[in-house]
Amino acid sequence: MIVEATGLHKAFGSTKVLDGLDLHVAEGTVLALLGPNGAGKTTTIRILTTLLRPDVGTVRIAGYDVVREATKVRGVISMTGQSVALDDQQTGRENLVMIGRLMHLGRPAARRRATDLLERFDLVDAMDRRVKTYSGGMRRRLDLAMSLVSQPRVIFLDEPTTGLDPSSRTTMWDAIKDLVSSGTTIVLTTQYLEEADRLADRIVLINGGRVAASGTTDALKSQVGGDRLDLRFAVEADVARAAALFDAPRGTDPLVLGIPSDGSAEHLHRVLDDLRLAGVPVVKVSSHRPTLDDVFLSLTTTDRTSVQI
Amino acid sequence: MATTAVHGGARNAVSDSLTMIGRSIRLSRRNVDTLVMSIVLPLLMMSLFVYVFGGAINTGTQYINYVVPGIILLCTGYGAASTAMSVADDMTSGMIDRLRTLPIRSSAVLTGHVTASVARNLLSTTVVIGAAIAMGFRPDAAVTDWVQAAGLLLLYVLALSWLAAGLGVIAKSVESASTLSFLMLFLPYLSSAFVPTNTMPSFLHAVSENQPITPVIETVRGLLTGTPIGTTGWIALAWCVGLLTCSFIFAARLFRRRTHG
Ligand SMILES: Nc1ncnc2c1ncn2[C@@H]1O[C@H](COP(=O)(O)OP(=O)(O)O)[C@@H](O)[C@H]1O
Ligand SMILES: [Mg+2]
Repeated sequence: MIVEATGLHKAFGSTKVLDGLDLHVAEGTVLALLGPNGAGKTTTIRILTTLLRPDVGTVRIAGYDVVREATKVRGVISMTGQSVALDDQQTGRENLVMIGRLMHLGRPAARRRATDLLERFDLVDAMDRRVKTYSGGMRRRLDLAMSLVSQPRVIFLDEPTTGLDPSSRTTMWDAIKDLVSSGTTIVLTTQYLEEADRLADRIVLINGGRVAASGTTDALKSQVGGDRLDLRFAVEADVARAAALFDAPRGTDPLVLGIPSDGSAEHLHRVLDDLRLAGVPVVKVSSHRPTLDDVFLSLTTTDRTSVQI
Repeated sequence: MATTAVHGGARNAVSDSLTMIGRSIRLSRRNVDTLVMSIVLPLLMMSLFVYVFGGAINTGTQYINYVVPGIILLCTGYGAASTAMSVADDMTSGMIDRLRTLPIRSSAVLTGHVTASVARNLLSTTVVIGAAIAMGFRPDAAVTDWVQAAGLLLLYVLALSWLAAGLGVIAKSVESASTLSFLMLFLPYLSSAFVPTNTMPSFLHAVSENQPITPVIETVRGLLTGTPIGTTGWIALAWCVGLLTCSFIFAARLFRRRTHG
């Protein structure tokens, strides 16, 4: 395990943010930290990257302790924070060369590394323009390139695609997948389940400062069961009656009730019959394969259920 | 995979500082608005004092000879104020986190800004002195006087720049850094920069006689225009060294505290 965090606690004043969080990441894999806003994702990343000390708990990265051997840890990691860390008044190339020089590459080597990265991230045309003229997607790509100058073994990405348009997001995803194929370990945080689904080998769901669930995407999906029927009603009163009838929890859409299904026609018939007998008119029925959204919902609505898969 | 060997060492610390100095100077050069303002404002002030108030203020010499040292110090204040903002910008943006996750001494970022601040002030001071001479400033100074004046000013600029860097570190935002450094800009006005202190009410007189800027101005004025200096030179030197030491410790301590985790 190249990242091993055990029993992390962190509070800011009276706000408890982390409450016994454990994380393990195998070398060469991608871990996605998933959780609603304020769940403690950024706090976790800051602890793992030596920026913040945990109140309790230990973290080892590549065998080094993040508190006692911070400099050694910094030699093997890099971090791309939630907000891009670039100098607007320097060009893309100058930004990269600066980091190269800080990593004590000679000037020619730093320039070569910069050029390689600019090519890889499709920024060659813009490399001698000041960063202030870059689009959001270009800035994100350059920001990621900045954290690759040192050829780190573990890369931490805090919400790498938040605020990007779909096409820039896809480009970022490709860049991240590229990294994985070169053997780099990645820990990323995201609010997008689709992103976790696409990129991660394992997902850790944080809620209330602890791990609410963790596992592969498939395992997490199968945990919420198989298919689901979404029943749409005309009025909320009907939703309530149907919810009581099937003993199903209400979802986010006030007019839709989702109930677990095995996907068979038989089950669909039974549900419709039950509704007719109870006199609840249903407007529309759709069958639904589980997504990570379902996992997310089912785990974050029931507070602090810890499920290990 | 990690091929870049780093970690510690005095040579690396020097190399990191040089990299960050290069960066800050480049940023200063490209921040044209700020650079121009730090030259234009003192020039405007000087014109104002020389041409508008100059006739009304009796200092016993040609007023321009009296006012130039004060303008130089004022201009130093402007140059240093933008340092507080640049530092605050790095401390509140993601930049400081990026630097802190590299295996380097991240305080090199402060060294960079302070050095750039000194360089900016060197430029603006030269321009201001040139303009003053064009306006009729007639220094009466030997080369050694110029060198001494330059040395004292350099110490003063360095002290003020570290103070500004410290203010930039504690500021919660770039805006509050600019407010804090505004206070710093205010100090030269409460001194003998523009008018002799004995024209002030006794309270202000006491304040301005005992604040660090008055002896520095008096010394520079003495060196450049030949007015007697006496012990003021030593007092000015002591103030500058003291201020520099305190500002440096202030900035370094705060930086450590803010980046401790
Ligand atoms: N420096 C801090 N001081 C006080 N509270 C903080 C600080 N950093 C984070 N928090 C609080 O900790 C909680 C978790 O924040 P964060 O880790 O940023 O969550 P996430 O990244 O998952 O959105 C939030 O309630 C936030 O307000
Ligand atoms: Mg966050």
